[in-house]
Amino acid sequence: MYLSIILLPLISSIFSGFGGRYFGKEGTSIVACSSIFLCGVFSWVIFFEVGLFGSNCYLFISPWFHSGNFYVAWSFLFDSVTVIMLIVITNISFLVHLYATCYMEQDPHKPRFLTFLNLFTFFMLILVTSSNFIQMFVGWEGVGLASYLLISFWFTRLDANQSAIKALVVNRVGDLGLCIALFLIFYTFQSLDYEIVFSLVPSFLESSIYICGFNWSTLNTISFFLFLGAVGKSSQLGLHTWLVDAMEGPTPVSALLHAATMVTAGVFLLVRCSPLIVYAKTVSLFIALLGAFTAIYAASAGCFQYDLKRVIAFSTTSQLGYMIFSSGLSLYNVSLFHLTNHAFFKALLFLSAGSVIHSCADEQDMRKMGGLIQLLPFTYSVMLTGSLALVGFPFLAGFYSKDFILELTALTRFTISNKLQINFIYWLGTFSVFLTAFYSFRLLFLTFLNKTNIPRPLIYSVHEAPILMLIPLIILAFGSIFLGYFSRDLFIGAGTNFWGTSIFIYPSLFSIIEAEELPLSTKFTPFFFTILGISLALISNKLADKFITKIQLTVVGKKISFILNKRWFWDKINNELIIYPIARFGYLVSLVNIDRGIIEFMGPYGTSKIISNWAHKAICIQTGQLVHYIFFMIVSVFFLISFNHIILKSFFELKLISLFFCLVLFT
Amino acid sequence: MINLLNYISLILMLFFLGILGMLYNRKNILLMLMSIELLLLAINFNWVFFAYYFDDIVGQIFAIMVLTVAAAESAIGLAILVVYYRIRGTIAVELINLIQG
Repeated sequence: MYLSIILLPLISSIFSGFGGRYFGKEGTSIVACSSIFLCGVFSWVIFFEVGLFGSNCYLFISPWFHSGNFYVAWSFLFDSVTVIMLIVITNISFLVHLYATCYMEQDPHKPRFLTFLNLFTFFMLILVTSSNFIQMFVGWEGVGLASYLLISFWFTRLDANQSAIKALVVNRVGDLGLCIALFLIFYTFQSLDYEIVFSLVPSFLESSIYICGFNWSTLNTISFFLFLGAVGKSSQLGLHTWLVDAMEGPTPVSALLHAATMVTAGVFLLVRCSPLIVYAKTVSLFIALLGAFTAIYAASAGCFQYDLKRVIAFSTTSQLGYMIFSSGLSLYNVSLFHLTNHAFFKALLFLSAGSVIHSCADEQDMRKMGGLIQLLPFTYSVMLTGSLALVGFPFLAGFYSKDFILELTALTRFTISNKLQINFIYWLGTFSVFLTAFYSFRLLFLTFLNKTNIPRPLIYSVHEAPILMLIPLIILAFGSIFLGYFSRDLFIGAGTNFWGTSIFIYPSLFSIIEAEELPLSTKFTPFFFTILGISLALISNKLADKFITKIQLTVVGKKISFILNKRWFWDKINNELIIYPIARFGYLVSLVNIDRGIIEFMGPYGTSKIISNWAHKAICIQTGQLVHYIFFMIVSVFFLISFNHIILKSFFELKLISLFFCLVLFT
Repeated sequence: MINLLNYISLILMLFFLGILGMLYNRKNILLMLMSIELLLLAINFNWVFFAYYFDDIVGQIFAIMVLTVAAAESAIGLAILVVYYRIRGTIAVELINLIQG
């Protein structure tokens, strides 16, 4: 069962990949969905065995590399963190599969799509179940590959291909960081197994690594590079540009990418490495700051987007910022709790957005929608549920995790010495709650509640999605409503022993019990900001839309909304400062000057040219004139004689004579 | 009194005169043959002088052999010259450039 949960998606992927053309759409759909369904069932069983009954499972399959100290094996580790990830991945993946079988009904390449989806799930499972860093890296790269294949699924579109390449390359920047982290871990700990590395961490607190002439603290350096990997995968600020462009894939892919799998891997890495990162105080603070900045950046950039999917994509980045900054403040279990809740409501939002897009004949622009509440009441209700869960409306999933993150951040001011930074992080997080509420409800207003902008011929064909697409939405909506309430005590309850040894939090940083003692005003602050954001969306779209539009059309308002719509010009700055110079360098220096220049000139091209030049010159010597032949004969005779004498170190006057003779000849 | 340097200088002068005669001559194969004769004469003189100087008979024998070879060579050379003149109607050296590199 433990192994079949990993192997079933692979087998099903191979089945659909190689046999898809023989079994057709229905055959591959049935196989893919049922294999992932089995995985989902198994993951619940494993959750009961490992998570609730506390029997961690370690499976050794076979040795992989064995060279000196370096020993890596194929082995699987099922502990509490893995189990939570398994539930998230397999269940949401199953729902997405189910949704995709219907959503992609018209596509001729549906077996290929299901192959890639299965492959994606397989690699993600490899990532979370591995018991060493190398095998984790297999999954890490695998999900990157699968995301590339999925984003460029409609490979005839230029945009899809470009954004797929962007996703792969930007991810690879983070992967380089992860590689360096793995090298450093092996250099320091002489092993890459989780158990060995994490048990050795406390003995390396004071040690340092000598890099580039400086002594760097070992744990800080390793944590920094690990975090660099997480930055790429979880699209934190700096490497976040790929995630929004990854919208080019089909909507179920976005749901899988943003909710359950790809982007959660970065958070998972931080949580998994909690025994290491918790000791790296400086880097932890950096992680927290960057996460908070990501949250506010993405939330602000999401406010003026007009693409339905892009708004939700920005909310993903923003929520990932929350997870990362709570990991940075050593609240790993809260981070994982938010990950789980987020997976459910984000999948819900994406799939219902897909339902809207599906019914509007693939229109993604929110300005061309509106009034859909009359036509798609069901989709509206699930999307409202998802949005309320996202903004942290009380007693929905997001409330229990996100508000708790902010409460604990407010509390951490008293336990961590860097008061100013923590205050800063707290207010960034709180303000992005406000922005989150604003753009979520702006999306709802523009899509469902405002007056309609749908073209007349289109509006007759708007229809509610088929039942197979609605079932996942219902399940996810129930998850979004009840998951936080039911699993709160399991994840972050005071004194829960669910995590066991899988997450390590420094005892002095453990502040869950103190969170009960916070003043009520602090606890209500996020909710207050949420209400503020919702009312701003309400005012700007329903009550005083003329007035708000007027404000937006002033010079300053125009500029602000333009900058936010262009995502703070981050892509532009990236292109101007990094990508174009590197591309130009690659063309001018590497290609033109070195490859085609120096190496070719020194190498084959130059040599052949020199030889043929010299051969031409040698040919020119033979003029056909007898006199010239005689001259060369005599000169060479003298040359040979004098050469002989130079070798013998005796300077005979013959040399002088020959010199004189040459002078006579040439004058 | 036999001065070594004087004799060698004379021989070298003769030899270089022959060489220069070959090199500076553009118009006439006949002059070239004559220059070759002058070269051989210088060599012969060399043989004879050193045979006397070292008191060794071999040099004189060689001188006679070179004389013979020179006679044969000039005879063949003149024959070629005559044949060439019959075909081309000229004996200019600078016009013998049919084969170039």
